[in-house]
Amino acid sequence: MTTWTPTPYQVVTRTVETHDSVTLVLRPVAESLPAFSPGQFAMLYAHGIGEVPISISGIPGDGTLVHTIRAVGAVSRALHDAGPGTVIGVRGPFGTAWQLDGAEDLLVVAGGIGLAPLRPVLGHPAKRTVLVAGARTRQDLLYQDELAGLSDVDVVLTVDHGDHDWHGRVGFVTEPLASIPLDPDRTTALLCGPEPMMRFCARTLLGRGVRAERIQVSLERNMQCGIGLCGHCQLGPLLLCRDGPVTGYPTAEPLLLAKEL
Amino acid sequence: MQVVLDLDGLDALIGVLRQDGRVVVGPVLRDDAITLAELGSAADLPSGWGVGTGPGHYRVRRRQDTAVFGHSAGPQSWKRFLHPPRRALISSDPAGFHPVEDNAPDYAFLGVRPCDLAAITKLRQIVGGRAPFVVAAQCTEPGEVCFCASMGCGPAAGSGYDIALTERIDSTGHRFLATSGTGEGAEVLARVPARAASPDDVALAEQDVEAAANRMGRAMPELDLRDLLARNRDSAHWEAVAERCLTCGNCTMVCPTCFCVSVEDTTDLDGNAERSQRWASCFEIDFSYLHGGAVRTSGASRYRQWMTHKLGTWHDQFGTSGCVGCGRCIAWCPAGIDITEEAAALAGSEQP
Amino acid sequence: MTTPMTDLDALPLLTRLSHTQRAAIAGVSRIETYEAGTRLFDEGGLADQCWVVLTGCVVIDTVVPPRGKVALQSIGPGELLGWSWLVPPYRWHFGATAVTSTRAAVVDTGALRVLADEDPALGYQLSLILIDALLNRLQATRIRLLDLYRNPA
Repeated sequence: MTTWTPTPYQVVTRTVETHDSVTLVLRPVAESLPAFSPGQFAMLYAHGIGEVPISISGIPGDGTLVHTIRAVGAVSRALHDAGPGTVIGVRGPFGTAWQLDGAEDLLVVAGGIGLAPLRPVLGHPAKRTVLVAGARTRQDLLYQDELAGLSDVDVVLTVDHGDHDWHGRVGFVTEPLASIPLDPDRTTALLCGPEPMMRFCARTLLGRGVRAERIQVSLERNMQCGIGLCGHCQLGPLLLCRDGPVTGYPTAEPLLLAKEL
Repeated sequence: MQVVLDLDGLDALIGVLRQDGRVVVGPVLRDDAITLAELGSAADLPSGWGVGTGPGHYRVRRRQDTAVFGHSAGPQSWKRFLHPPRRALISSDPAGFHPVEDNAPDYAFLGVRPCDLAAITKLRQIVGGRAPFVVAAQCTEPGEVCFCASMGCGPAAGSGYDIALTERIDSTGHRFLATSGTGEGAEVLARVPARAASPDDVALAEQDVEAAANRMGRAMPELDLRDLLARNRDSAHWEAVAERCLTCGNCTMVCPTCFCVSVEDTTDLDGNAERSQRWASCFEIDFSYLHGGAVRTSGASRYRQWMTHKLGTWHDQFGTSGCVGCGRCIAWCPAGIDITEEAAALAGSEQP
Repeated sequence: MTTPMTDLDALPLLTRLSHTQRAAIAGVSRIETYEAGTRLFDEGGLADQCWVVLTGCVVIDTVVPPRGKVALQSIGPGELLGWSWLVPPYRWHFGATAVTSTRAAVVDTGALRVLADEDPALGYQLSLILIDALLNRLQATRIRLLDLYRNPA
């Protein structure tokens, strides 16, 4: 059962991103796992507590793994709280990656923690990259300093609830999507966030003439094994740990429209 | 290689398999049901016991004869040996993570009905593990909830057996036509006292199995089930099933191919932890748990998930149907829900 | 700073109008440039114009004691600002401030209503444009009500 056995990694740095999210950089204790691609995920194991799927949120290329973790349950809370030196079990890489081959203009649309799996894509040498990222409030926006320093990416940030210090946009991501300049024939759109957000964004983009085949979404279900054995991550015909998380919109759309699938 | 064994020959077959270090598992009568357990000899087989089944109904009954394979699928399946209900995966301590070796014995399964033979193939395609030695028992007496013929999984044994037996009791005695399916099967048979099979032995066995095909208690509707289910995600029929379904998960537990597992963590006071898997059911509310709550909360969505996966999306995932027509889910459903009837009703609900 | 309107042909919002219809609207419009911080209107004020933001960003706000001024909605390039002029009592419901240096087409809505009354075909097309924009705003606002990004823990 070696596929079930995690590889030990050690927390090197822990960066607090928001009130509920941190970014961990993990270094292999001995053996290292194969390289991850943007969009793929790892199963991270907190000793004695459990294992959760977490997307890769950075690819430094030095053998370390970068994960941004939001504390939403017992396991993610334990991982969130893991300080430097803590050993974490890692399995992966699992799942499909963002398809960037032949992409001309990249339109990256993220909601909430959905920005984490898209972060590695922001360094992709596209002709033009636009990031539209939404969050609940200014305090919930990930990687703010880093995004402010991106020179070759047009960044549009929008929050659901504004405050007097916020000078970005207030509104849902569909609003800038409806009005930002884009060339539908050159655009590859990558969407990650809550399911309704991805549906609404995809519909806005389809309305603007972006082809469904050029829209990719990152889907999530209960993932336990990562290797298509446990059955929990089914979404219709898909085993999302294997056939996802990154899925083309023509495949995803009918599945996202079915209730309780 | 085709030979004919009598009951002593069958006993010798079990002996040879045991001599070779295999754990021989086969049907036994226990707790008023035909269950599966290790066989010491042919005397352990449920001689003279048959079963009566129906929706939500299973009873053992005395047969008029001494047949040992004269029963249809019981509450257990070979799944419990190939994919145990609970299995340790890893242990974890401050020194690291340690895989738990799979110490499953070298199994020989004896009396595997053709539906279950197909199920073993489908299950092993997913969960892997060491191949068991399989002695199939071709079906000459289907039960009331059986529909393997319409699933293409019986009553004749398909591929995957080492030896296939066809039991017959008539004026010339109680005997088994044994056909080897592999070289290993032939080698084992060669070590068992038997007589060569005559053309009559072979013809009679074929005739018995063919006749069984026409005595299936049920049939799955003859249509493309994968398409039917794919286009009926929003059917009102799921609500109709949900009114009867208790979401107890019995169907998934008795199903010989349902493979889903949940992973659990346990810790002790010394700081050691273990991860193990246990059988899970898509009828459990937490099966589809996503941070914040379950995706499939209604009974309708959970029944739809089970039936759609079994008959439809299994094709997308594994290139075959997940159903073999053994009928267990019908017999062991406390509400008597019949998957063949539900498939027919779903198809019927589409008619204009 | 005010500049006379030359034409509105480049405005995606009005592509469904004919050149003549766009020219008629241009006749009752002008271009304004606002410095960051410029107050465009206040709650309760007379609603006699609307804006199409060309560059920059305007925020609609309201005051909630004791939170102070709360930003409700941004209006970015290509988007329409101001609905209260459409129906009586023609009073602004919220307030609006240009939060960055903003350039906008400003329409005299009293004159626009006269144009629409005189030319029902234009009026109808205009209604569709407004409904489309309003629908998008309403849908986006409803989605925000879902509070999709909240932490479920």
